Amino acid sequence: MAEPRVIIVGAGPAGVRAAETVAAAGLTPIVIDEGRRAGGQIYRRQPDNFRRPYGDLYGTEAERAKAVHDGFDALGDSIDYRAETLVWNIADGHVWTASGKAQEALPYDALILCTGATDRLMPMAGWDLPGTYSLGGSQVALKAQAVSIGSQVVFLGTGPLLYLVASQYIKAGARVAAVLDTSSFTARITALPDLLALPSVLWNGIALTRAIKAAGVPLLTGVTPVAIQGDAKTGVTGVTVRLGNGEERHFAADAVAMGYHLRPETQLADLARCIFAFDDLTRQYLPVRDGDGRADAPIPLYLAGDGAKVLGARSAEASGRLAALAALRDLGLPVDKGAMIMLRREVGRYGRFARGLAKAFPWPHSHAAALADDTILCRCECVTVGDVRRTMDVTGAAETNRAKAFSRIGMGRCQGRYCGHAAAEVIAAHGDFPVADAGRLRGQAPVKPLPIAIGEPE
Amino acid sequence: MSQGRFVRLAERDRPAIHISIDGTRVRAMEGDTLMVAMLAAGGTLRQSEFTEGNRAGFCLMGACQDCWVWTESGHRLRACSTVAEDGMSVTTSQPGASWPNHG
Repeated sequence: MAEPRVIIVGAGPAGVRAAETVAAAGLTPIVIDEGRRAGGQIYRRQPDNFRRPYGDLYGTEAERAKAVHDGFDALGDSIDYRAETLVWNIADGHVWTASGKAQEALPYDALILCTGATDRLMPMAGWDLPGTYSLGGSQVALKAQAVSIGSQVVFLGTGPLLYLVASQYIKAGARVAAVLDTSSFTARITALPDLLALPSVLWNGIALTRAIKAAGVPLLTGVTPVAIQGDAKTGVTGVTVRLGNGEERHFAADAVAMGYHLRPETQLADLARCIFAFDDLTRQYLPVRDGDGRADAPIPLYLAGDGAKVLGARSAEASGRLAALAALRDLGLPVDKGAMIMLRREVGRYGRFARGLAKAFPWPHSHAAALADDTILCRCECVTVGDVRRTMDVTGAAETNRAKAFSRIGMGRCQGRYCGHAAAEVIAAHGDFPVADAGRLRGQAPVKPLPIAIGEPE
Repeated sequence: MSQGRFVRLAERDRPAIHISIDGTRVRAMEGDTLMVAMLAAGGTLRQSEFTEGNRAGFCLMGACQDCWVWTESGHRLRACSTVAEDGMSVTTSQPGASWPNHG
């Protein structure tokens, strides 16, 4: 009998650990990675000719980053690694890939998606100006290229990454103008019981806050973003926010890093016809899977890491292993059931901590509802909040895919990655119904633009 | 030349390379992405097709597609995930394309 073919999409912490687990069972998984080198975004590696040590790049997570890289490098020929390759569709029993001009359609017996996450964004006036970057993007600039996104940077949004990246910038010698968090300090107190699931991680977070304050950088909580100011040609000149007491504060800056936690990249799970369910705590639709990562889908599909639900890099390693063991077990191969029990327990702990983070740094959905009509909602094509509201008034479109068809919201270059969640909130608020009823933008193939010159699959 | 947007904080002793942006020769470093090479030398990457404004990228991880630039033959490059190479020549507007916003 031919060896079962396991395909793993993504080579971040979840994908690497899944690949190791499948290879350890004696199979040769195909690992498809958009990156040039394994590591994913969180453990993204710098180019070969860069010399900064692990501690500089990954801070408290340096050992984990090194372990993931070393684990991957040790796999060698025991996996079939395809770097710089995009999976652009899952259909007709095949994974459709594109790399340069080459295209392939690969059949599979089990498919493990470890697609990772991108920043969750809340639009605001001026976020289309040059010099505005996603928070994760600002971290990539530093980690992978040793540059700051500007000479005076404002960090705006919420979530642990806000504090992590701001403190990394300070440590690297960048000038940070301010750290502006939409979440209130009291929310953090409420979330403490869940955050105590991982005391050491909680402690790391507190240490980051202290480091930012010790550097003399203004750190404000409970803010409402007002506008990013600047010139459409030359870019950002400053940021204004409103404090809890109604007072406005302005910070001069030539760059803004914005992010409100992360959102899973679920387009491929969607194309594989996985069922999605609404998550009340984080106000978004997430793919449905069981405790081991088996997706509720008509194909042998497994989901792991932040691409299924944002639980962080440590959880991704455990859920990557667990999903791979589940896949192997379903293929009829012997697996260590004790290891699966331990991994489930570990993932459960990370789940509790992630609930705490969601409570401590909530998605400020009321900000979307309050956005002015002339605020750009879709950065790609400059569709405004008012365009979407008027579309609803004129067409009666009370769901995001309908609104997309009529207004082009979510139809631009990023395919709704950065406006989709806010658009759903704008639609729900304008229609005065729960955001779950606004639905979610359906994933479309190709999940990212393909070059026109691409060939037929071999 | 205009002031660069990105600020180099470390790894500044790499060998120099040169690329051409809209015909202007610009110094960059071996290992730079095209985006970093362009934004360490200038303020923006391209014109927006939908407004009068310019763009300078957004996500740096291949998800937003905001950082497209073009080779002189019209081949599209995603600047954040393309490695800058010595002698590379790029344009900040799509060759042969004109968008109504720009008249």
